[in-house]
Amino acid sequence: MDDRKMKHRSPVPEEELLSPDAFLAPEERGLFCQDRPEPVEPSKVKIVRDFCNWAQANSIFILAFGTGCGAIEMRPLFTARYDISRYGMFPRPTPRMSSLFIIGGYASVKTMKRIVRSYEQMQNPKFVMGLGSCTVNGGMYYDSYNTVKRLDHYIPVDAYVAGCMPRPESLIAGFRRIKKLIMEGKAEGANEYAKNFEWYKRNQRRIIKDWNMPEYNW
Amino acid sequence: MEEILKILKDRFDASEPRARRVDLSFITVPADRAVEAVTWMRDHGEFTHLVMISCIDRIEDGVFELIYLLNDPVAYLDIGICVEIGRDDAEMESMHHLWAVVRVYQRELHEMFGIKFPGSPGVDEPMILEGWDDIPPMRRDFDTLEYAERTYYPREGRSTSDPATEMEERSYPLDAGVKLGIKDLARSGYGDKENKTKDRE
Repeated sequence: MDDRKMKHRSPVPEEELLSPDAFLAPEERGLFCQDRPEPVEPSKVKIVRDFCNWAQANSIFILAFGTGCGAIEMRPLFTARYDISRYGMFPRPTPRMSSLFIIGGYASVKTMKRIVRSYEQMQNPKFVMGLGSCTVNGGMYYDSYNTVKRLDHYIPVDAYVAGCMPRPESLIAGFRRIKKLIMEGKAEGANEYAKNFEWYKRNQRRIIKDWNMPEYNW
Repeated sequence: MEEILKILKDRFDASEPRARRVDLSFITVPADRAVEAVTWMRDHGEFTHLVMISCIDRIEDGVFELIYLLNDPVAYLDIGICVEIGRDDAEMESMHHLWAVVRVYQRELHEMFGIKFPGSPGVDEPMILEGWDDIPPMRRDFDTLEYAERTYYPREGRSTSDPATEMEERSYPLDAGVKLGIKDLARSGYGDKENKTKDRE
């Protein structure tokens, strides 16, 4: 957690954020919402807040988007052997329906573009779980020209599951950790993203050189 | 196999064949005769299957070595046609008219090594590296580690924690401390016989 507090002060070259329309083709302008995300404060009333957290923690819908080799562990998780529907979780086909994004292993720059887009299309509240060592510090791809090392510089991450590969049991432990964080009201990734929007955008734009998507995609 | 290699040598100015196995040989063909040679291999030499196109960056000799690996699916023979092209402003004739799949290999070679294939459809479109603005990453003068550390954010404190040592230190801190101390002593040259005797004296 200390790491998370410190990181927004790391030196990043200051680049001016361009207008949302700057990178889009003329016929695509006006098709996208140009508002920036705004942080949503949780309710001041404790019992309402607790109820919301309880409800969120018990209806985690997973975005069925396999972003790396780690996605292979999600098949036994969804099917009969480790059947996670007994925890009230379920894979959903679109980002709009889901609340938990599992980054399954290494994220190359090309995938990162799709990850950012999918993440921004998800509705609040949304949570991210980094799966495998690659999302933590690059793992075995520490010297790769194409793989990001720290996922939390591009999208906010609530929990990491270390390992290469982590077994489905570790993933279930990760889900328990996410649930605990949500119950305590600490899984505020979406608000963090909205508050540090420019910092995240700068980091993303530093690796995604051909930015041909709108500034914020929801 | 022998006849085909001999014909390649006689007709296409190829080098001496280098046999790796009974059914696998490599032969170097000049760059301007390569398309002819591969076409002849496909149409008259029964080598109808293209296994792959590979590239070796021989930076010491200043050449890229392209290898067209061809396979005879009836007789189970493989011949690799090697072509050496200059490393600076590398350019090779396109072979996309021979096999449809060649355009994918050529697109990849263009992206990863910067070899030009004029006329190959879609060769300039990015395949994996979208918006790449450095030198092609599979060239040997490209320093991947340096690039990765410059571009992506390395996390400090990359360390290992071996479960056996970790649990030992947690469960039996005193024993583990003694054990580690002995290990350190042994590593620092204290375990030598002369040192031991001196220590006793």
